[in-house]
Amino acid sequence: MSDEYEHKLEAKSDYTTDASTVGASDIDSVPEAEVADQELYHSHSWWTTYVFSQDAKYIGVQYALTAIGTGLLGLVLSWLMRIQLAFPGLGWLEPAAYYQFVTMHGMIMVIYLLTALFLGGFGNLLIPLMCGSRDMAFPYVNMLSYWAFVVAVLVLLASFFVPGGPTGAGWTLYPPQAITAGTPGSDWGIILMLVSLILFVAGFTMGGLNYIITVLQLRARGMTLMRMPLTIWGIFTATVLALLAFPALLVGCLMMTLDSMLGTSFFMPAMVSLGEKLSYDGGSPILFQHLFWFFGHPEVYIVALPAFGIVSDLLSVHARKNIFGYRMMVWAIVGIGALSFFVWAHHMYVSGMNPWFGFFFATTTLIIAVPTAIKVYNWIITLWRGNIQLSLPMLFSLAFIVTFLNGGLTGLFLGNVTVDVPLSDTYFVVAHFHMVMGIAPILVVFGAIYHWYPLITGRMLNETLGKIHFWITFVGSYAIYFPMHYQGFVGVPRRYFEIYESPYIETSTLLLNQFITIAALIVGAAQLLFLYNIIVSARLGKKSEKNPWKACSLEWQTPQMPPEHGNWGKETPKVYRWAYDFSVPGAKEDYIPQNVPPSEVTGAKVEKT
Amino acid sequence: MDQSSIDKLPKGWKSIPNDLGSDQTAFKGVQWGKAMMWIFLLSDTFIFSCFLISYMKGRASTVVEWPNPSEVFALDFMGVPVPLLLIAIMTFVLITSSGTMALAVKYGYEKNRKMCGWFILLTAIGGLTFVGMQAFEWSKLIHEGVRPWENPFGAGQFGSFFFMITGFHGTHVSIGVIFLFIFARKVFRGDFDTGRRGYFTTMKSDYVAIEILGLYWHFVDLVWVFIFAFFYLW
Repeated sequence: MSDEYEHKLEAKSDYTTDASTVGASDIDSVPEAEVADQELYHSHSWWTTYVFSQDAKYIGVQYALTAIGTGLLGLVLSWLMRIQLAFPGLGWLEPAAYYQFVTMHGMIMVIYLLTALFLGGFGNLLIPLMCGSRDMAFPYVNMLSYWAFVVAVLVLLASFFVPGGPTGAGWTLYPPQAITAGTPGSDWGIILMLVSLILFVAGFTMGGLNYIITVLQLRARGMTLMRMPLTIWGIFTATVLALLAFPALLVGCLMMTLDSMLGTSFFMPAMVSLGEKLSYDGGSPILFQHLFWFFGHPEVYIVALPAFGIVSDLLSVHARKNIFGYRMMVWAIVGIGALSFFVWAHHMYVSGMNPWFGFFFATTTLIIAVPTAIKVYNWIITLWRGNIQLSLPMLFSLAFIVTFLNGGLTGLFLGNVTVDVPLSDTYFVVAHFHMVMGIAPILVVFGAIYHWYPLITGRMLNETLGKIHFWITFVGSYAIYFPMHYQGFVGVPRRYFEIYESPYIETSTLLLNQFITIAALIVGAAQLLFLYNIIVSARLGKKSEKNPWKACSLEWQTPQMPPEHGNWGKETPKVYRWAYDFSVPGAKEDYIPQNVPPSEVTGAKVEKT
Repeated sequence: MDQSSIDKLPKGWKSIPNDLGSDQTAFKGVQWGKAMMWIFLLSDTFIFSCFLISYMKGRASTVVEWPNPSEVFALDFMGVPVPLLLIAIMTFVLITSSGTMALAVKYGYEKNRKMCGWFILLTAIGGLTFVGMQAFEWSKLIHEGVRPWENPFGAGQFGSFFFMITGFHGTHVSIGVIFLFIFARKVFRGDFDTGRRGYFTTMKSDYVAIEILGLYWHFVDLVWVFIFAFFYLW
């Protein structure tokens, strides 16, 4: 601990001077404003207030609700698939329907739920509030971003109602099969999927530019980058990743749309289908895989980095202790973000590539584990000797650490070519990515909603319902995914729509499949409790006090709670410290908000930030 | 800031994150819209890079011979096929329009409303000429039997990549031209002098917007230089 303390002292900024040597007026000084106070858009009609709102907080809630609504569909699809897998004898699903549900479940959960919720939802809600700004830089475009997302979702859902149904190509949409007869939805479904993704990317770009610029150019006075809460660092870095990774997806989607509609052969080799030679010739299916995974791997971190950031803040607030190694945490986020662009081909070990490339990508993959491990250690050290409050956000954060560690460790297996080749295409992979980018971020989402719900509604969520929800979700998801690791080891292949007893598959896995399905149904049903809690508490929940968790970050320091249009009343806040001054020796309270001037807490032994 | 506090600032490499991370703005004195355009262009660079890298990969791995660009893109001039003639003119026009755009920005900051407006209009006309010549080239190629899925000269991917990438770039130019015309109107009307509010955005007009549009326009030109090199010179 003392080393860390020394380090902070050394890395001091030039603004805060020592309280003992200068007068009170000097220590409260903050550099002059560099930008004029933001002019706000004021809505005039019902439409511009409640529908086409330009207020980032409101857009954030709109984004979150749309994403969660779409995510519920993804949840139901997973139920249907699990019933089919557990009881193949029922003939519950046609093979085509199973593959369509797999595809839609994957795409919905990764893009339309997690990406939209973390960046569109939490990004819009928290960036202006935590940075001390009045709104996003360009509210009009921010509003367009949300509505482009809505259209993207509608186009995606429309694919359920076209001839042939949605695409069943798997969420990776690999050509040539994605647009070849025999794959479900190969003519209409896939095109709607591609168009929806293109719309999503266009909409996200509009929002993403706002998030980045608001963080870079519109912070409050005194809010240096190294005083920003880690939540903002996570969302900011993830947005940068998204703006650089989504182009590859956009290009891949465009090219596949042309392959499908115009008969170009970007990705399509010469093929014989149903006894007939197709008109395609000379394209490269591997090219699509490269484009897709150049997007796809950063996408994992687009989801993970905001989760890392948010969980750091939740742990710190609910353990009443500053985050351990703040600077290290920031550099780890940035480092993981940069490295994530150099690991994509580890998703393609079995696609066939030069062994040296496999070697290269395995090495980079293992290197990325270093900053990630640093973060896990720092979270644990943050908890060490903290005043841990077992509130709901803390419970979910603790569950996240365990789950993420678990998923991370299986990631080390899969990152090595020789281990990956036999495990690839088994349930081990399914277990790995659900643990690491399904369950882990979702646990953070829940923690974050329990934490910031009072900020949005002014009321608390019901604690008892929340605890039930937590334990079922946490224990239940382990009941679902732990057995899958075992299934993978004994060689149960993924992507099979029915698994019967056979000489190649252990009998135990059949029973396990039923066990997993029952667990999945229960966990899914527990989410209804959560929904009920959210809906009912908005009206009937216990009134929240102003800063219910006694947090230091700015979003809780607004004059009104929930914050009003413009967030800050007459004057935007001035920031004097980082967001983690908890349990400071010599301070009266166990937390010092970021906007409390040093002269008000002269006795406190505050770390200089 | 006095000398003692300047001395306390980090030196060397450490000064870079320190400066970037200081209060309120990472890019000092840069209007937010300008920074936003730069970041959008960075993202757009990735789009065009993906296109061009895909093109290189596609061209390198076709089974059929790639058409010879100096023959395919040649233009008959007085009975003699001159390679790259049209494309040279197109490139010249587009690069020139970048020059007129730069002048428009300069006159904008000098609050010289008339000159600024005329130069924006000139830029728009340059862009329109470029798009027109591109349409001419497309129709010539289509007339010769080049299609996105096949062509008489060699590998089918030639037409696929050519139409897709020049089409995507042409769309960028067309969007730019539309905005140039809108901005020309706004300049002549005096929006940027009076700070008239935008119809959609309700934000006050400011001459910096012309520089932002200029950034986009120069970027579109720069991308064309790469497309030109990769398609016509390779």
